[in-house]
Amino acid sequence: MTRFITSSFSHLILLIGILIMVVPVWMIFASSTHTSSMINMNGLQMFLGDSFYENYLRVLLYQGGFFKEITALKMFFNSFIMATGVAILSVVTSLMAAYALVYYRIKHATLLFWIIFITILVPLELRIFPTYSVMAELNLVNSYFGLIVPISASAIATLFFRQFYKTVPDELLESAKLDGANTWRFFIDFLIPLSKTMIVAMLIFMFVFGYNQYLWPLLVTTSEQYWTVVMGLKMMSGSIVHRFAFVMMSMVPPILIIILLQKHFIKGVFQDK
Amino acid sequence: MSFLDLKNVTKIYPNGTKAVHETSLSIDEGEFMVFVGPSGCGKSTLLRMVAGLEDITEGDINLDGKLMNEVDPSERDVAMVFQNYALYPHMNVYNNLAYGLKNRGIDKETIEQKVNDAAKLLQISDYLQRKPSMLSGGQRQRVAMGRAIVRNPKIFLFDEPLSNLDAKLRIQMRLEIKKLQQKVGVTSIFVTHDQVEAMTLADRLAVINNGIIEQLGTPIEIYDNPKSLFVAGFIGSPQMNFLDGNLKNKTLSAEGFEIKDINSDFEGEVTLGIRPEHLSQSENALISLKVELVEQLGSDNLVYGQLKNKKDFCYRCPGNQTIEKGSNLSLNIENNKYYIFDKSTGKRVN
Ligand SMILES: Nc1ncnc2c1ncn2[C@@H]1O[C@H](COP(=O)(O)OP(=O)(O)O)[C@@H](O)[C@H]1O
Ligand SMILES: [Mg+2]
Repeated sequence: MTRFITSSFSHLILLIGILIMVVPVWMIFASSTHTSSMINMNGLQMFLGDSFYENYLRVLLYQGGFFKEITALKMFFNSFIMATGVAILSVVTSLMAAYALVYYRIKHATLLFWIIFITILVPLELRIFPTYSVMAELNLVNSYFGLIVPISASAIATLFFRQFYKTVPDELLESAKLDGANTWRFFIDFLIPLSKTMIVAMLIFMFVFGYNQYLWPLLVTTSEQYWTVVMGLKMMSGSIVHRFAFVMMSMVPPILIIILLQKHFIKGVFQDK
Repeated sequence: MSFLDLKNVTKIYPNGTKAVHETSLSIDEGEFMVFVGPSGCGKSTLLRMVAGLEDITEGDINLDGKLMNEVDPSERDVAMVFQNYALYPHMNVYNNLAYGLKNRGIDKETIEQKVNDAAKLLQISDYLQRKPSMLSGGQRQRVAMGRAIVRNPKIFLFDEPLSNLDAKLRIQMRLEIKKLQQKVGVTSIFVTHDQVEAMTLADRLAVINNGIIEQLGTPIEIYDNPKSLFVAGFIGSPQMNFLDGNLKNKTLSAEGFEIKDINSDFEGEVTLGIRPEHLSQSENALISLKVELVEQLGSDNLVYGQLKNKKDFCYRCPGNQTIEKGSNLSLNIENNKYYIFDKSTGKRVN
């Protein structure tokens, strides 16, 4: 009986938590399906209206920006390229950096690792102007390359992969060597499959990280053609329901990625191997 | 030159530990060699140098007529079975066996043929699709063996492969390894700290102590004729009894008795060694033992007790003799089977 009470009590707390998180989102969604005049007169709505297609289609295809050159569709495309690029590039570089740190006889490998690691303490904002001038020198302003590469070195992912590699028993490498595998084959045939779930988890983290970037894309793009969704949230003008619709749509890609990969994601974070 | 030749091989680890001292050893093709010694004596280090997993500080290793010192382990054509098996956790049993063949660029049909043959030999055909985590300890052991056999390497190396198994399985697998090696006929080196394992498996065995081979020979040679105090104490179970004594004019004065006409000109402090199984009861014999404990193994009795001077002593007799706790036994050494060692150097003197 006491178990029933404590468990329903904890469920209640969880339910309240869920409501606090979900209700505002729901209100924005419900409101985004009404007309502007309706919202302006009656405030936020709890129930669905009947302007869903009208509002969302308009937002997707409307030529916005100062020069009326960019649509929301293009912004989603840009964000997708950027987030995917950041995710893939940072995971690949971290995998290889960690591999070199753990498996090659590098002098002061631990020191090197800690130097990489303390870059976590140096946020992008601190190095943003030097980084920008490098990109400007290289003529990479207003390009996907410029959007992606400068934020694609991840110390955190390197840390995760390094710690994982350190738990892989030495005998596995030795055994593979005696089976004729060189260092490259060991990387491809052993470390990558063994860290598969962790790779998926890191892809998700880095995708969301890339998708959420605001300051860097703002700085490194001057052409509206390269605007991303998160920039669009700030820049898009229009009536209140259209902004709501855009906000709702901006949440879709990260959620989609998590839903698609969640099976691996949960495995990767909560259980090794 | 024999099949595997170690010449003055020395290993000093980067931290200064000298694990192997100027060891020389020749192993013939098809021979089953066992390295035995206490933990930390350098057995694994020696084995891993043959495999190429450790650099050789000094000396030469020749395998099948080729100098191996600088050859990468992947090019040596040796196979190793590790203590924890080191199976590939993300591959099923089939791929565990096939991986080494694939790396050699062998075609698919031949690989399948070879894997199936090896699986049949080791009775693991039913598990080929399973991952290692779904196998019992004994099955994993077989897969590890299979992975070595399937490649038909120049030499098998085993590093204490049985120590993770329970006692019964260990004895069973020991037999199977011996049978398998005789069937396949591959030159093998087997490392163990267990002297029973060593005695039963070896064609020849090398008793290693502190990075030095103390004695090399067939199991019987080493049992019958130990060359040093260490070998005498290490080989044989229960352990040989050791008594202090003094040798002078071919007469040994031990604690409480004397042996005359000893075949040695050595004079001075010595240690007398007598195996528990080389004693028999008779009237008015040399040694008098006060029985404290009897272990009945069925076939044998192990009698533990003390001599007059309170020294612990063990006597092994057939299991059909009844021996009372607290009784006094009078024991003779059979056929002059005793060993005398120089007390200061541990070297055999008789
Ligand atoms: N990687 C290493 N670095 C330094 N010393 C080591 C290393 N591996 C083993 N040793 C030392 O070398 C000696 C022999 O070790 P090992 O060959 O593993 O012994 P065994 O296999 O006979 O138990 C031990 O004293 C051990 O501590
Ligand atoms: Mg060892």
